[in-house]
Amino acid sequence: MQATQPRFKTRRLWQFHGGIHVPDEKALSNAGTVEPTPCPKFLILPLQQHIGAPANPIVKVGDRVLKGQVIAEPRGYVCAPVHASSSGTVIAIEDRPVPHPSGLSAPCVVIETDGRETWAELPEPLTDYESLDPAVLRDRVRACGVVGMGGASFPTSVKLNPGKDHPIHTLVINGAECEPYITCDDLLMRERSGDVLQGVRILLHLLGARQCLIGIEDNKPGAIESMRLARAESDIKDRVEIVAIPTLYPSGGEKQLIKVLTGREVPSHGIPAQIGIVCQNVGTAAAVADAVLLGRPLIERYVTVTGRAVAKPSNLNVRVGTPAADLIAQCGGLRDDLRKLVCGGPMMGFEIDSQAIPITKAANCLLALTHAESPDPGPALPCIRCGRCADACPASLLPQQLYWYARSKDLDRVQDYNLFDCIECGCCAHVCPSHIPLVQYYRYAKTESWAREQEKKKADHAKARHTAKLERQERQERERQAKLRTKKEAAKDKPAAKGEAVPSTEDPKKAAIEAARQRAAAKKAALAEQGVVPKNTEDLGAAQQQQVAAAQARRRAVGLGESEAKAGPEAQATEQPSQPTQTKATGPKAATASEEQA
Amino acid sequence: MITAVAAIAALAAVIGALLGYTSLRFHIEGDPIADQVEAVLPQTQCAQCGYPGCRPYAEAVAKDDEAINKCVPGGEAVMLALADLLGRDPSEAGGIAEKPKSVAVIDEKECIGCTLCLQSCPVDAIMGAAKQLHGIIASECTGCELCLKPCPVECIHMRPIETTVRTWKWPFPANQSPEVPAQAQQAA
Repeated sequence: MQATQPRFKTRRLWQFHGGIHVPDEKALSNAGTVEPTPCPKFLILPLQQHIGAPANPIVKVGDRVLKGQVIAEPRGYVCAPVHASSSGTVIAIEDRPVPHPSGLSAPCVVIETDGRETWAELPEPLTDYESLDPAVLRDRVRACGVVGMGGASFPTSVKLNPGKDHPIHTLVINGAECEPYITCDDLLMRERSGDVLQGVRILLHLLGARQCLIGIEDNKPGAIESMRLARAESDIKDRVEIVAIPTLYPSGGEKQLIKVLTGREVPSHGIPAQIGIVCQNVGTAAAVADAVLLGRPLIERYVTVTGRAVAKPSNLNVRVGTPAADLIAQCGGLRDDLRKLVCGGPMMGFEIDSQAIPITKAANCLLALTHAESPDPGPALPCIRCGRCADACPASLLPQQLYWYARSKDLDRVQDYNLFDCIECGCCAHVCPSHIPLVQYYRYAKTESWAREQEKKKADHAKARHTAKLERQERQERERQAKLRTKKEAAKDKPAAKGEAVPSTEDPKKAAIEAARQRAAAKKAALAEQGVVPKNTEDLGAAQQQQVAAAQARRRAVGLGESEAKAGPEAQATEQPSQPTQTKATGPKAATASEEQA
Repeated sequence: MITAVAAIAALAAVIGALLGYTSLRFHIEGDPIADQVEAVLPQTQCAQCGYPGCRPYAEAVAKDDEAINKCVPGGEAVMLALADLLGRDPSEAGGIAEKPKSVAVIDEKECIGCTLCLQSCPVDAIMGAAKQLHGIIASECTGCELCLKPCPVECIHMRPIETTVRTWKWPFPANQSPEVPAQAQQAA
């Protein structure tokens, strides 16, 4: 569908599928200007304020930090550093409640501010950025901790590096701010339009893009006017176009805005860079300008505090890490009929139960809703298959099918219906006449699918390790058998070696034994030559012979054979001394066995 | 009559020969069903199913109609996946007592360095040597609990893995509508 703009240059616009009209409620907070906030007593800086790995803290408890100083370094490529947003002392590095739908705590650096706002030494401004390599500028953007400020908080430096395979022709700047209630981007465009344009200029150079389209919903005439003025003053006016787009939720979605402005669709599971487009939020553009032209890290942002349960809704310029309670107090506190406190907008935000949570780089709005504004929908009714959700879906999905499969926990089928193209905008749930919490089903299915994938990876890894262990045990067993075999063979070979009468001289003990044996044998031989019979039973006295005979008779009576009886005394004599040696022999063996056991 | 018998006999002979040939020519090594079952199992090698590991249990499920609800670490998800794979009714198997996911931890004060747990670990997640303190690599531990029994001083404990912001999952929506499940099946 074609929409035209009467007052300004006509540009063909497209329409994305679906979308809904919701009361924008922006008048609550878009009057006035952005107010500064006093420095809070404590700053709570989560180590993860971006998509990717948490940053690694490089300060210790008790360290003094200055405003703008790096307190946590990025760990990995998709990561961003964290900077102190005021000067003070680190009093704790511990788990604190963070803005997250789970309400869980995560590692944070807590700074007790000194109120002096002493700046750390900032990196040199790169005013001559046009002569610089894009990689240098990307490094600066990364070092200043800039992340996407539209809500997803993806590290900007990563998004600005689409790679050589994806030449970028168009930069899309997202000033749509389609969520109801939120006005911080509106105020930013009104008050800092020059900075946004500077940021655009840097981004155009960085990406090598031809043109820039700045999309702003037409319910923000002030912002459009201010941006047009800034564009007219800028030296890149022939490359930049300010486009007023029809107000329709969720035109501020990345893929939806690209569709509206260019008519092109981002492929399923793909990113805009695949069609030569990079999309950035207006706040991100301003933050890039600060980082490059002033060397200032991202330590402040505009936050809308609004909703009818807040006494004085307004926009505040907030230091990242300021507790939500401080902002609410500055806006006159909460009214009694508060139903819920939401971080983000009413459509995509999440409820928070603690006012202790800090404002992060991604937090654009604190919303206090009354019972009238956000009535309890009551229990969900059965789906009547009206199909309104499919009409409203801006991603052209089939929300009803997704719902059935998510409900029956059929995670494979739900992915066949492109669950991961769902942007969780909430249009389907908003139009659902049965009040089914559809988005919650999709979120459940998404996180569950990711968890399953992780578990699968872990299972494969465990299996690999288990097979490796089994193989190792088998190999060790084979080696042991082989060793035993060689030992046995060596034992077999020994008698042959004995026949040669060449005693092995390797072991001195064995050699000594062998020598003693030989001496004994020689002595025996000599005695035999002299005719001496070694048996000593011949010259026994009569009494002794009688004793022997009696003993033999006794043995016979017991039942021992003649030969055994004869061998008896001798055997007894030899057995006696051999016993201790046996126990001696088992002694060390037992010791080694017990050691092995241990 | 004779021609008919002869024709049928000839057909039987030809088809029999063909079947015999194909069974030799396209013979599949191993047990493909057991492989698929094993792919579903969580590979903790915990033996809580009564078999000495995941592979033996997979073979038993594939061959001997063993119950599909014996995998404790896999829980309901694995049971449903097995039911789906084998075309069995998941309800007949009954529920599974699910345990929270845990990792083993060695009490450093009590470990005597006997190496018995080292030998029992199916995935080599325990490091150590005789008379040296042993340590468990938490990222490799599958939580199978096989190291608990051999320990002579009972210094190994299971510690549940805590949910963090990164591992947290959206819960299944609580306020269920009183719908008939037949609709879901119809949709499927």
